[in-house]
Parts: sequence; C-alpha cells; structure tokens
Amino acid sequence: MNRRTVVKAIAASGALMGMGALMPRVALAAWNKDAFSAKDQASAMNALFGGSAEASANVMLKAPAIAENGAVVPLSVSTDLADVESVAIFIENNPTPLAAQFMVPAGTDADFSTRVRMGKTTNVTAVVKAGGNTYSATSEVKVTIGGCGG
Amino acid sequence: MSIFRVKAKARKGSTDVKMMAKHEMETGQRKGKDGNLIPAKFLDTVTVKHAGNTVFEANLGTAVSKNPYLAFSFAGGVKGEELEIMWTENTGANGSETGAIK
Repeated sequence: MNRRTVVKAIAASGALMGMGALMPRVALAAWNKDAFSAKDQASAMNALFGGSAEASANVMLKAPAIAENGAVVPLSVSTDLADVESVAIFIENNPTPLAAQFMVPAGTDADFSTRVRMGKTTNVTAVVKAGGNTYSATSEVKVTIGGCGG
Repeated sequence: MSIFRVKAKARKGSTDVKMMAKHEMETGQRKGKDGNLIPAKFLDTVTVKHAGNTVFEANLGTAVSKNPYLAFSFAGGVKGEELEIMWTENTGANGSETGAIK
C-alpha cells in the first residue's frame, strides 16, 4: 500500500463519517444547530424550513400585546391545519431568533404553550409546518423591561 | 435528581400535560460578576413518552425562559399511568424521569 491509496482511504472514510454526522440533521427531530444559532430570522427560518412561511389565519398565536417583563413572556401556538409536522417560534429581534421548535407526533394536539425571553419590543412569529408547507402568524409584543441580562 | 415538575391530567380520552423544569437556561450572553461571559447551559431537547410512544418532542433555544414551562396535550392516557420524560442539555448532560397522570 503506497501513500496515495492510504490518503484516498482516509478521505473516503472521512466522507462517510461526515455523512453519518449529517444524517441526524435530516431527521426532523434533531436539534438544528444552524437554525438555533442563526443571528437573523430569515436565515433561522431557512435553516429550519428551507424557506420563508406564508401568513395564514389558520395559525393562532396567543401572545400578550405588552409584556411587562421580557424575561418571561407567555406564548401559545395552536392551529387547525391538518397533518401538522412541527411548530416553531421565532422572536425577530432576539440575538438568536429561533426560540423553540415542537414536533407534533401522531395523537398529540398542535397546541403548545411555553414562556420565552425577549430582549426588546419585536415581532413574534409562530410557524407551522403542515403537509409539507409552512404557515405563519405574527404578533408584535411590546416589552417594557428586556429579558436578556440587565 | 429530577428537575421537572409535571402536572398531567387525563380527561375525556386525552391528557393535558403541564410541566416546568427547574433550570437556569443560561444563554451564554450574560456576564458574571467578574466581567466574563457565563457559558451557555440550557435544556436543548425535551421528549415525553407515554406507553412507549413519543407524545411530545421539543427543541429549545436560549430564548426559552428560565425554569422552562411547557404545555401540551395528547390523545390517550389514563389516570395512574406514567409519563417518561427525557431531557438533554447543550453541555451533553441528560436525564430521564417519570411523572404520573392524575
């Protein structure tokens, strides 16, 4: 075995390992590092859904109009769309806009509540992936005291 | 040590689950008293199983509040049954615990 074949073999196994490492990302459930670390909403959405979402009245986002404390902003997202695969929450002006992503296994209602941090007054967008398409609802939340550090 | 407090209530064939974790959800953007950034330490995945089936699966980011609150409901579940909760942290720490349906 000469040097060239060894290098080739290493390169091939490296490529295989790389593929192996990428595989979980293809699965819907994996924690999407690119999406969660994206610094702006468009790229976070792109990383998570591969594009932007269409505004829809079928997505219900319940958020306060004014949040006194940005550290704890209660949000609820629900939808009456069929075949819901996942639900994600984006907070536009946060350092990393993607806040959370919920999978919707069969038998589970597409209705989730959580509480998030908001740095300042901004739009909150709920995105629902249903039947291969993405739909969104946006609502502005005014924050009087920011929730990041302080 | 369990970090989740779970309230699960079965009614009319489905179960409403409300749970709250005791967790700082450190974002990695705050500075400590010494002026250095406090490293990020947050729950990144939470999965709940009922009778072997996944009924809830969430990927969380740092924007989720301290002591995360998560609420959802699923079809099925009877009083007295158990939910299995599995979580992982961005640091690689993980745990699994149970909660009863009431």
